[in-house]
Amino acid sequence: MKTQLILSTVAALALSTAAQAETLRLLTWGGYAPDDVIAMFEEQTGHTVEVTKSNNEEMIAKLRATNGGGFDLAQPSQDRIAGPQIEFGIYKPLDMSQIDTSLFIPSMLEATKGNTTVDGEVYAVPHVWGTSGLVVNTAQAASVRDYTDLCNDDVAGKVSYRLKRPTLIGFAYAMGLDPFAAYDDEAAYKDILDQVEAKLVECKSNVKTYWDGGDELKNLMRSGEVVASMAWDTGGWQLNDDNADITFVAPVSGALGWIDTFALPARGRADEAAYAWINFVMQPEIAAMITASAGNFTASQGGDANVDDALKAKYQASFPQEAIDNIKWYPSVPAGLETLEGAALDRINAAN
Amino acid sequence: MPVTDRSRLTFYLLLAPLLLWLVTLIILPHVGMFLVSLREKVGVREYETGFANYAVFFNEPLYWNTFARTAYMSIAATVLTLLIGFPIAYYIAKLTRGRTKTTLFLMCLIPFWVSELVRTFGWMILLRETGVFSNVLQWAGLADAPVEMLYNDAAIMVGLVYTSMLFMVVPLVTTLDSLDDSLIEAGYDLGASGFAILREIVIPHAMPGIVSGCIVVFMLSLGNYLTPILLGGKDSLWFTGLIYSQFITRFNWELGSAFGFLLLGLSSTIVFIGLKLSRQSLGRTMAQ
Amino acid sequence: MFETPDLECRDISKSFDDFKAVKDVSFAVPPGTFFSILGPSGCGKTTLLRMIAGFQKPSSGDLLIKGRSVLDVPPNKRQVSMVFQHLALFPMMNIGANVGFGLRQRGVNRADIKRQVERVLDRVGLTGVADRPVDSLSGGQKQRVAIARCMVLEPDVLLLDEPLGALDLKLREHMKIELKQLQAEFNTTFVYITHDQSEALVMSDQIAVMNRGVFEQVGTAKELYYEPSTAFVAGFVGEANKFRARVQSLDAGVQMVTDQGQVLHGTAAGKALAKGDAVDVFVRPEAVRLSRDTALNGNAGQGRVENILFNGANSQLILRDQTTGAQMNVALPQTGEFRDLSVGDTVHFGWEPAQTRVYAGD
Repeated sequence: MKTQLILSTVAALALSTAAQAETLRLLTWGGYAPDDVIAMFEEQTGHTVEVTKSNNEEMIAKLRATNGGGFDLAQPSQDRIAGPQIEFGIYKPLDMSQIDTSLFIPSMLEATKGNTTVDGEVYAVPHVWGTSGLVVNTAQAASVRDYTDLCNDDVAGKVSYRLKRPTLIGFAYAMGLDPFAAYDDEAAYKDILDQVEAKLVECKSNVKTYWDGGDELKNLMRSGEVVASMAWDTGGWQLNDDNADITFVAPVSGALGWIDTFALPARGRADEAAYAWINFVMQPEIAAMITASAGNFTASQGGDANVDDALKAKYQASFPQEAIDNIKWYPSVPAGLETLEGAALDRINAAN
Repeated sequence: MPVTDRSRLTFYLLLAPLLLWLVTLIILPHVGMFLVSLREKVGVREYETGFANYAVFFNEPLYWNTFARTAYMSIAATVLTLLIGFPIAYYIAKLTRGRTKTTLFLMCLIPFWVSELVRTFGWMILLRETGVFSNVLQWAGLADAPVEMLYNDAAIMVGLVYTSMLFMVVPLVTTLDSLDDSLIEAGYDLGASGFAILREIVIPHAMPGIVSGCIVVFMLSLGNYLTPILLGGKDSLWFTGLIYSQFITRFNWELGSAFGFLLLGLSSTIVFIGLKLSRQSLGRTMAQ
Repeated sequence: MFETPDLECRDISKSFDDFKAVKDVSFAVPPGTFFSILGPSGCGKTTLLRMIAGFQKPSSGDLLIKGRSVLDVPPNKRQVSMVFQHLALFPMMNIGANVGFGLRQRGVNRADIKRQVERVLDRVGLTGVADRPVDSLSGGQKQRVAIARCMVLEPDVLLLDEPLGALDLKLREHMKIELKQLQAEFNTTFVYITHDQSEALVMSDQIAVMNRGVFEQVGTAKELYYEPSTAFVAGFVGEANKFRARVQSLDAGVQMVTDQGQVLHGTAAGKALAKGDAVDVFVRPEAVRLSRDTALNGNAGQGRVENILFNGANSQLILRDQTTGAQMNVALPQTGEFRDLSVGDTVHFGWEPAQTRVYAGD
């Protein structure tokens, strides 16, 4: 009798812990879920974490292929939430009551919520933010101070950029245009794209190659085959560790600011673990660990306090106050805009 | 009668896994892809059925230029692989014995011990401006400045030929192995020159191997993604790249599916023409 | 009148690494001869043939065709043609293209090729098959195509590398006769290699028996059969009972005693003998006479029938000599006299000393 009771109690306990302990399938960027953070999270909550590293396009493509299944938490950029959600319905609304909003920098949280609201529902909260601009070998390409300087004769054959939408946007700003303002006016946006396309086609002979992955770019910069490129701030700062001449430069026309978010895939199964992960990593000390791993700052309130001084120094060197004020934050991409951009990019790729 | 019934049942049971495999992994996805390719996007989450996606392809010179370029580069890669692979295969099949033969055969396999990505990166390390070849040339005094050998069509060609070589050499070695040496000797004995023997005896005998090798290499080149993208750099227009970008970066599955079907049609057409020109049947070639 | 031989080898040798396959072989083949080289496998006959064809280069010696050295002439320029062991017909061509192959290489025009191909196919008895594929022919017909393919080039010498080996027995018997007829028809010098003595004996004008890289004896079939000059030839050509013995006396022929203790008389062949030499003694089965009742003269004994190998005209008896225990093969006479002989019977046997050939042993 007694043993039976004990046994059934043990079984019930085992069952309940099994129900609580979930596997969190996390679709994220390299560096956003370092091993030590995962170990701490698993120890504290009993959940386990499976990480899949990806990028914006692949995240959306993966979620679209499964109608929002296969992952429990994704981290696309905040401008890539509303459009795909309207088009493909791959996310589910956040239950804000499950999130400890006090952990977030209020202005960033509000901006992200605003950008990712569809039909009155909030789909994302911010996590890591950064900018893209220029990575320049200052000893060899001091003339490069804005995106369009990549087309200068003195760096001919020694520059690189990605054939992706940030390049179109960056060049547009450097050419004195305002693409974000034209987001909702397709004709105006098309006009801007045409001008940028012409510029990029003309500039093509200057380009050594279009880079595709971060490691590829770092190799090109380190070997000296490329002396200036469009890139993320962290890439520049990491290269700076190897070669003091190379660093991130905020372009005159403004760096492009991005915020990677937390969003729940529509058919995610471990929401509880997902919310637990969000609240866990937004704690200031954990956020500092992620900054150390990813190289970028987070939207965690006070998260920069524990960040190592060298990174802070690089950040301050690249971003004087006016450069911070000049950051162009990506607004949400309207659905369908990418088709226009894609056609332009294809034509640039095909041009001789 | 019961005997035939039973043997027929056995036949269908044996056939079942193959049919299942064909239907679930090949036919169904293609049917699905074809249906997707017929969807015309008219607005957010609104689609109509039609051939608009195919029309996009034919109305945009960029797409069919890339298509044609992919085709002729693949054909060139196939021809080049054949020209390089044939002497290698002949050497392995006819002029070596025992251990040497096995060793040479294994050497053809070595590139496949690493992934395609690593193989391609290997070529990038060799060919890039600060790479091995460039440094050797400068050291030897043949060049006075770094030489960029990457990011052009020749680099793509090198990569494709390297990747495909095994698939050309294996069927060639198999067919050449089955060529009786005495046929070659008989040719000499009857007064033929080396070239005449190659043309009248060796090549006709090896034809099924040549054609099956060419088909495989052509398909591999046409469907290759990494090599043209990584080695070709900014001019690396390859049709698979277009398909990839439609699916992944443009979220345009409809156009991507249409492109996929056009690629399937292209490869089938070229293989068909190749078979007709070489007077080989697909069955005979694949039995090789 | 001295006629230039079609083919002449002078001290020709071939070594592979440390193995000497052919050792200082010399011979000449007069025009129009059917010349066979007979030997067991591994005796060097194939190597010799390949040297004549040009596929292998002699290590030393000279090779002349129609009196001219061809050592520096590559196989595709030599006026010799070869019929390969498995014929080596080109499966990728039809019969006409096979036969016309050599003419095409010479640049003969198409009409002439067609005419000549038809004529040679006619001569080998295969009219009108030119457009058919090789596989549509029987083994014997393929053989004839292979010969036609060579003969259309009118070679000085036709080499044949055991071409009957792949055929079944019955066809082989038939082809022996046919080959001989074809050779007479074309009147071309044939050099034929084989390990089958009956092929060589039936077809050849001259036979060279080859063993371990040397020619043991060159002669007509009769000479080889009745007067083998070495123990190897005596044993290899035709069948023979073989005894080992020791020479006792050389007065009036050879008198010797076998290892089993029987005293035999014989005729010395080959090298000169001395008293006390170990010798090999050969007696053909058909030289042995049998008798039921009376003891026979010459080398004689009495034996028990151990086995009767009945094979029609080629039937044989196996006897066990009752005094020495030696085994004897005896051709069963076809006169009918011994038809009722059965296992266990005892018979007298004997043979003439003149048919007892004695060779110095090793």
